[in-house]
Amino acid sequence: MSLIQGATGEWEIVLGLEIHAQITSKSKLMSGASTEFGAEPNSQVSLVDAAMPGMLPVVNEFCYEQAVLTGLGLNAEINLVSIFDRKNYFYPDLPQGYQISQFTDPIVGKGIVKIELPDGSFHDVGIERLHLEQDAGKSIHDLYPSQSCVDLNRSGVALMEIVSDPDMRTAEHAKLYVSKIRTILRYLGTCDGNMEQGSLRADVNVSVRRPGAELGTRCEIKNMNSIRNIGMAIEYEARRQVDIIEDGGTIAQETRLWDVAKGETRSMRSKEEAHDYRYFPDPDLLPVVLEQSWVDEIKARIPELPDAKHLRLMSQYGLNSYDANILIADPENADYFEIVAKGGDAKLAVNWVTGDLFGMLNKRGFTIETSPIKAEALGELVGLITDKTISNKIAKQVFEFMLETGNAPAKIVEEKGLKQVTDTGAIEKAVDEVIAANPDKVEQVKQKPKMAGWFVGQVMQATGGKANPQAVSDLIKAKLGIE
Amino acid sequence: MSDLTNLTLSDARQKLRNKDITAVELAEAHIDAMAQTKGLNAYILNTEEKAIKMAKASDAKLAKGEGGILEGIPVGVKDLFCTKDVRTTASSKILGDFTPTYESTVTANMWADGAVLLGKLNCDEFAMGSSNETSFFGAVVNPWQRQGDDAQLVPGGSSGGSASAVAARACIAATATDTGGSIRQPAAFTGTVGLKPTYGRCSRWGTVAFASSLDQAGPITRSVRDAAIMLESMASYDVKDSTSVNVAVPAYEKALTGDIKGLKIGIPKEFQVDGMPAEIQALWEQGIEWLKAAGAEIHQVSLPHTKYALPAYYIVAPAEASSNLARYDGVRYGLRVAGDNIDEQYSNSRAEGFGEEVQRRILIGTYVLSAGYYDAYYKKAQRVRTLIKQDFDKAYAKVDLMLTPTTPTAAFGIGENIGDPLTMYLNDIFTVSVNMAGLPGISIPAGISANGLPLGLQLIGKPFDEETLLRTADVMEQAANFTALPQLMAK
Amino acid sequence: MAIDQATVRKVANLARIRVSDEQVANLEGELNQILEFVEQLSEVNTDGVAPLTSAVEMTQPLRADVVNDGGYADQIVKNAPASDDGFFLVPKVIE
Ligand SMILES: [Mg+2]
Ligand SMILES: [Zn+2]
Repeated sequence: MSLIQGATGEWEIVLGLEIHAQITSKSKLMSGASTEFGAEPNSQVSLVDAAMPGMLPVVNEFCYEQAVLTGLGLNAEINLVSIFDRKNYFYPDLPQGYQISQFTDPIVGKGIVKIELPDGSFHDVGIERLHLEQDAGKSIHDLYPSQSCVDLNRSGVALMEIVSDPDMRTAEHAKLYVSKIRTILRYLGTCDGNMEQGSLRADVNVSVRRPGAELGTRCEIKNMNSIRNIGMAIEYEARRQVDIIEDGGTIAQETRLWDVAKGETRSMRSKEEAHDYRYFPDPDLLPVVLEQSWVDEIKARIPELPDAKHLRLMSQYGLNSYDANILIADPENADYFEIVAKGGDAKLAVNWVTGDLFGMLNKRGFTIETSPIKAEALGELVGLITDKTISNKIAKQVFEFMLETGNAPAKIVEEKGLKQVTDTGAIEKAVDEVIAANPDKVEQVKQKPKMAGWFVGQVMQATGGKANPQAVSDLIKAKLGIE
Repeated sequence: MSDLTNLTLSDARQKLRNKDITAVELAEAHIDAMAQTKGLNAYILNTEEKAIKMAKASDAKLAKGEGGILEGIPVGVKDLFCTKDVRTTASSKILGDFTPTYESTVTANMWADGAVLLGKLNCDEFAMGSSNETSFFGAVVNPWQRQGDDAQLVPGGSSGGSASAVAARACIAATATDTGGSIRQPAAFTGTVGLKPTYGRCSRWGTVAFASSLDQAGPITRSVRDAAIMLESMASYDVKDSTSVNVAVPAYEKALTGDIKGLKIGIPKEFQVDGMPAEIQALWEQGIEWLKAAGAEIHQVSLPHTKYALPAYYIVAPAEASSNLARYDGVRYGLRVAGDNIDEQYSNSRAEGFGEEVQRRILIGTYVLSAGYYDAYYKKAQRVRTLIKQDFDKAYAKVDLMLTPTTPTAAFGIGENIGDPLTMYLNDIFTVSVNMAGLPGISIPAGISANGLPLGLQLIGKPFDEETLLRTADVMEQAANFTALPQLMAK
Repeated sequence: MAIDQATVRKVANLARIRVSDEQVANLEGELNQILEFVEQLSEVNTDGVAPLTSAVEMTQPLRADVVNDGGYADQIVKNAPASDDGFFLVPKVIE
């Protein structure tokens, strides 16, 4: 538990998050217009999305399925009866004058998400609910001097709003929670998790209190779209609140924005007083009633989720928690690793994947999906190391050749003659030559056995790196009579 | 000319098929009638050029022996239905010159069946009213006048333009909508037939919404048979409307067999309200006699929550309206009145764009949904709505239909009730529970008041049983033999 | 539960309808008259009665996830009081 040290004592931060995740559907929640990102203004807008007179919503079945799938992935209750409500407020990018959302009867009820803290311990974050709702359009304020532009392409895109319980106590918790939710959604394939494009964004509720005391008044920091910024905004906001309270002030419940450039939160126009959303059941829609068997069918399709995969990677491959965590961060990473591990030793595989491969991808601007070296090829390379056809060092050369030529590692080894020399006669000959050429060093090594490494290096050089280093080392020690 | 404008839809259809008349002749006669009755202010947009074009196309089809069930029939369309490339305003200033790029499902069905559009009909602004005096385009005048009195009377509302035009022979039939009585009450005031189908029978797609859970489109005509033909065309299952019900649309005209022997008719005792005029009571009793004479059984039934339908309606309808009308904000279409910032622009546009009654209902609706009042008003009204519906469910376990008066009075004078919203609301006292329960209802002209004005009787049916409703209405229509004509109709 | 003038103003602001002082005074009376009328619902015992949102005894139909709409920006902005380059224009919004 990390507390904030104030002038008058310690303070505890209480955090609850609302995550908005865009569902990866082809069409919108209530209309058949496309959801694709980056189209011409108002080109992906139906008459329904533009709230033309007399237009009516019809619910997208796939979006419902994705919400149920996500609910199951969050270990949450699925409500077989759910209802769409209208949330009423005026805003230029809200064409209907209301957002269709779910208020009293959301599709998903209580659930739980586990986050792993850096010290290896676990912390549970309660999920209060998940509901479906429409996204708003986009207002652009900087194209004209005195006017804002409204583009409704996003208007009506399906969102899942995932509301947590106020169970987080540090910025670290919140960051881990967001990245955990993001990972789960990506595993389920229900949201692409792209925070830069706004497919996933979080509203963070921050309050402070004396440890164990009643909840304080909270401020909501809206629309955070980077995990790093979430951490910074929480640190800033908590400190701001402590300072105010310690100066004898009180916290006003309000909506705030994170100013990235200034590194501070600031109040949005104080609208809490004026806002009264007047939720009521949307009379254009009827209750959605699901069959338990339908939910069960979806349940059967749930892929292995990160927590389960983490455990399995450790038990099946003998990986440590740290390596397993790196691999599960993205389902593609783990899949890639498992193919590589088929080729040879799992420890070698994880080192190659998280080390050489990730380094290369990063440097060259690839992702795991676009990697020029496919998992099968890297598996072959690890296999060559495992069965001692090549050394780890030679393997790094082979890796470079693979990148250059796209050829298979075995072919490269064959063509370039990089096969490890295991013929003891040839190695012995090289060892004898090195010993004969360096009598002074032979004397020294008898005093300082650690110098044996120098002989190994010489022999490796003489054999063009192809000798098996272990065999070389064993032979040198035997010939020089050292332990 | 008057021969042509006096035709019922079914007669006109026969003459068109027999090639006794052409669709163009029929359209021209009605265009002339529209000009003659301009003073009624029933039309707020005349589309005569379009009408002639459509009529020519109908004639071409009829010549080949083709065409739909409304082929060549000139109709008026309440300005609540969006019509492609034809201005649609909901009789509100806030829609300005809004010209839809789309066609409502109901009117699209009618054009597919060959109907000819004469123009857009006046109505209460956003269908909010019972006298058609709240229209931005001014009040509609009822073609009927009291005996020895030429005071202008209201045609009822909100479908006052539709009722007035049909009564005045300025169209053969008209589309209308009914949220709390807006088809049946004006039909009763103008001596026409008004049919409000079961909620979910006609698609709401493309019709400007007032109160989504109550709105239902239907026809106003001069005969029950015409109402049956119109409904058959207007009704359809529509995947674009989630509350549209997937029940096959029967050939309603075939239901008009004239035989109602053994049918059980309920008389709900709670419709016997205090101070009901004697002539309304007498008309109701007359209706009972007609049905008995035709072989129907009469049963007393009880709908104990009837009294609460109107107050519940005046919570539910404004609540839904307050949200439905939020889209009229001057951003994407319609009137925009500048302000220093976006919120001022909203407030200015909506203050200037909406009339008084619409503003009043938006404010009431906003209030009953607002924090702290939701449970006491909105949720309470919804619970009462459940009880109202249960009343009907219980009654329909015993009877097939119910008979009531349509309105507590005959048409009143323009301006008489305008300053008094509550008195105005009481017009819908007999019609509103039908909307609350989502049932079909029909008003037919059944008698004449002491001062010479038409009076209507209402039949209420079971959900999706418009066939029994129409069959019974047809029998009553014959018994009533209503032949009186309005004073201000086209010659 | 009577409405006072402050409430009328608050509600008018929520509904984004500008009201003059004179209107506020009138509305106070009219709205209270309507509320008094609907107040009679409190006579009805609704304990244990479920609220009814729609008379349709149906559940929500769900549609397939198919792109079959949109792609007509010109129609979307056709009736707009102010538009440019496919955008709707509004007075500048400051967040
Ligand atoms: Mg009405
Ligand atoms: Zn949300």
